[in-house]
Amino acid sequence: MISMELVDISRIQFAAVALFHFLFVPLTLGMVFILVIMESTYVLTGKQIYKDMTQFWGKLFGINFALGVTTGITMEFQFGTNWAYYSHYVGDVFGAPLAIEGLMAFFLESTFIGLFFFGWDKLSKVKHLMVTILVAIGSNLSALWILVANGWMNNPVGSEFSYVTMRMEMTDFWDVIFNPQAQAKFVHTVSAGYVTASVFVLGISSWYLLKGRDIEFAKRSFRIAAAFGLASALSVIVLGDDSGYVVGENQQTKLAAIEAMWHTEPAPASFNLIASINEAEQKNNWAIEIPYVMGILGTRSLTKQIPGIVEIKARNKQHIINGIHAVVALTALRSNPADEAAKTAFDQYKADLGFGLLLKKYTTNVANATPRMIQQATDDTVPRVTPLFWSFRVMVAAGFSLLALLSVAFYASVKNNFMRKRWLLRWALWFIPVPWIAIELGWFVAEYGRQPWTIYGVLPTCLSASSLTAGSVYGSLAGFVLLYTGLFIVEMYLMVKFARQGPSSLYTGRYQDELRQGGSALPNAAPAEKA
Amino acid sequence: MLDYEVLKVIWWLFIGVLLVGFAIMDGHDMGVGTLLPFVGRNDNERRVLLNTVGAHWEGNQVWFITGGGAIFAAWPLVYATAFSGFYWAMAAVLWSLFFRPVGFDYRSKIDNPTWRNTWDWGLFLGGFVPPLIFGVAFGNLLEGVPFHFDNDLRSFYTGSFWALLNPFALLTGLVSTAMITMHGANFLMIRTDADVYRRSRTASMLFGVLAVVLFAVAGVWVATGINGFVVTGGDIPGALPNPMDKTVIVQAGAWMRNYSNYPLTMLLPVLGFLGVLLSILLAGVHKPGMAFISSSVGMSGIIGTAGVTMFPFIMPSSTDPQSSLTVWDSVSSHMTLELMFFVTLIFLPLVIFYTSWAYKVLSGKITVDFIKSNDHSAY
Repeated sequence: MISMELVDISRIQFAAVALFHFLFVPLTLGMVFILVIMESTYVLTGKQIYKDMTQFWGKLFGINFALGVTTGITMEFQFGTNWAYYSHYVGDVFGAPLAIEGLMAFFLESTFIGLFFFGWDKLSKVKHLMVTILVAIGSNLSALWILVANGWMNNPVGSEFSYVTMRMEMTDFWDVIFNPQAQAKFVHTVSAGYVTASVFVLGISSWYLLKGRDIEFAKRSFRIAAAFGLASALSVIVLGDDSGYVVGENQQTKLAAIEAMWHTEPAPASFNLIASINEAEQKNNWAIEIPYVMGILGTRSLTKQIPGIVEIKARNKQHIINGIHAVVALTALRSNPADEAAKTAFDQYKADLGFGLLLKKYTTNVANATPRMIQQATDDTVPRVTPLFWSFRVMVAAGFSLLALLSVAFYASVKNNFMRKRWLLRWALWFIPVPWIAIELGWFVAEYGRQPWTIYGVLPTCLSASSLTAGSVYGSLAGFVLLYTGLFIVEMYLMVKFARQGPSSLYTGRYQDELRQGGSALPNAAPAEKA
Repeated sequence: MLDYEVLKVIWWLFIGVLLVGFAIMDGHDMGVGTLLPFVGRNDNERRVLLNTVGAHWEGNQVWFITGGGAIFAAWPLVYATAFSGFYWAMAAVLWSLFFRPVGFDYRSKIDNPTWRNTWDWGLFLGGFVPPLIFGVAFGNLLEGVPFHFDNDLRSFYTGSFWALLNPFALLTGLVSTAMITMHGANFLMIRTDADVYRRSRTASMLFGVLAVVLFAVAGVWVATGINGFVVTGGDIPGALPNPMDKTVIVQAGAWMRNYSNYPLTMLLPVLGFLGVLLSILLAGVHKPGMAFISSSVGMSGIIGTAGVTMFPFIMPSSTDPQSSLTVWDSVSSHMTLELMFFVTLIFLPLVIFYTSWAYKVLSGKITVDFIKSNDHSAY
């Protein structure tokens, strides 16, 4: 029998290392484009201040990037160490995008990031800009391949199960790449990263303006962040809506749980703005509803119905009952591949194999599953509603509040009066953490909402873990949390230190603290390089 | 469409190329990490060491990451079985690697001796531990690993972490450490001058001698003291991969079979010895560039020797030989192998091309004067 304690602690470890990794990645994805914008301006105008901006924000980018790499190493090996059966079962499909990510994207990003930091004096302006652009392409291509892999977990297209090799095998690579789920997730995720970086630059620049220091430097940074941020925020919300639509098509379960939609409503369904959720009785005690909105967002139509949780469960129960036949036939084929009767039965029921495997949580012999077990497995097919419902709403609220901030900031930067709007500057400063809240919750909604599956409809989470002892995983989890937390504290310390120090940390002699210390140059007045 | 059997062999070669690439590229910066506290005697000297690889280690580490990804894509059963079986060894590798990105980037950002010294030892761990553990892992592969599969191909590892640290595996771990450290010292000779250069030269020759001697001892041990594995039935090269579909016996001296059946394979251990010996010689006569090439050749020979000794085995099982993983039965589907073959064929040469360019742009000696004049931007 499976140890659920082992599965649970493995999940917690994965969530911990992935959420940690995802604190750093979004900032990298966005900052690098902000650096490209700043450096392009430097190359086009030749103004020294834009080079200083690239170098200073690049310094903060580097502090963040280091932990992104640190936590990223774990991700590449975590599937093998802790999700061995998953790795075997789907490695044929899932491993390919990961390997391609390394070859095509991560090599590019990591090789050129060295030149970004150390190539200033060795490369011409244009060549250095090309290097920065290649870092941007590399990091964003990385995200693409990771989300192709992740998209496949949520919507496993282009593949088929083989009973000889006992695993999923790729049948169409293009289907895997152009998986609509992956494409929508990619744009949604990288745009969220752009917003994160924009708010980061906007907030820190605002702090300089509030302090009345490095005004020219901060003003220029603010404008770039506001413009880039507004465009990105619009993209996040439009593409987020698009990925909601895709979820609706592929993963009605996730959608129903996010919306706490217990029963199928006549189309177009209404949207629960907030609700008091009663999981035990599968109903909402009360809800504030907006008519029609859910149906339109989820189906892009006025007539298509969205199934509710109770109806989805009823459907899944039939899948599980069919799945029992598939598991039984598969077991027969594993001991005798020439068994023709088993082959026929397997071909008939193999679409529901994954649902049959859900029963392995309750019995080793699926053929003898009791009606009670079947009911338990059926109930498992929908994740808990409350955490999804609220995480999603907080994420969306955060998203819209960021859109509001960036719209106001952009308007003020066009009007060129943002320096005097102290409330706006304070708003931007205090909002620095908000994108991270939205992003971490977004990850949670996407991945918790996939439960009880690692590969939706194909492989249950409870079968995916490695055959380790729970004690080993407790130990490693403690190690990861301890190391990551320690390094995170160091990272925050340096980030705050250098953000406070501002562009004077470049020691060019042109910025605030250096002037107080008796430097003579005015801000932005000295064109010469540091000797 | 390429033949499945051919693709399986190609992928064995590709994983070998990635491992060799890792040893040559990430190996030299790990060697620098290992030598950091010893060859660098004061802060400026240590910064010289760090800045020889400062701009490159990040790209080099991708050989490791991509190696992991390629094993996942091409040999999913190996990826699953080895990494979950060697659980604590993998954790030790990952945890020691954590110190590198932060160590390089954060160390010189604060001017405090305790802070800097702490990161230096972190960077030492990040350079020293992974090659040691990879060597130990190879030793355990040669001895056979205690694991088996159930009927659903779920793997069960039945050994312990401490059992991995047996005398033979520790020996192969030291072979790996010695060759990587020698290689790193060769790189330091190319990029440094004065005292750091002199100490690196001593280190290169010292670890070169160690590598040759330990490699020879390991060779004798494999020939006389370790049982090899032989496939006696099933495991058809062109068949759909299913590790349970074969019979395997354990036999004394079987790891020498490939060398007697195909004498040309003897070239690999010969290259291992010659490469390292030449490296010692060339370091001795102050030819660091040639020494670096020689140590690269030597390491390719040593890694190739381990691979060819076991062929077609990748991960033999000591407790259930039938469960052993081979080149023929632990691979991905025909389609995935072929797809990844073309992806590698296109992108790996590109990687080598732009990596070479990056090294060319940033070539030249790193001196103490350079550190002093780039106090705020250098690592």
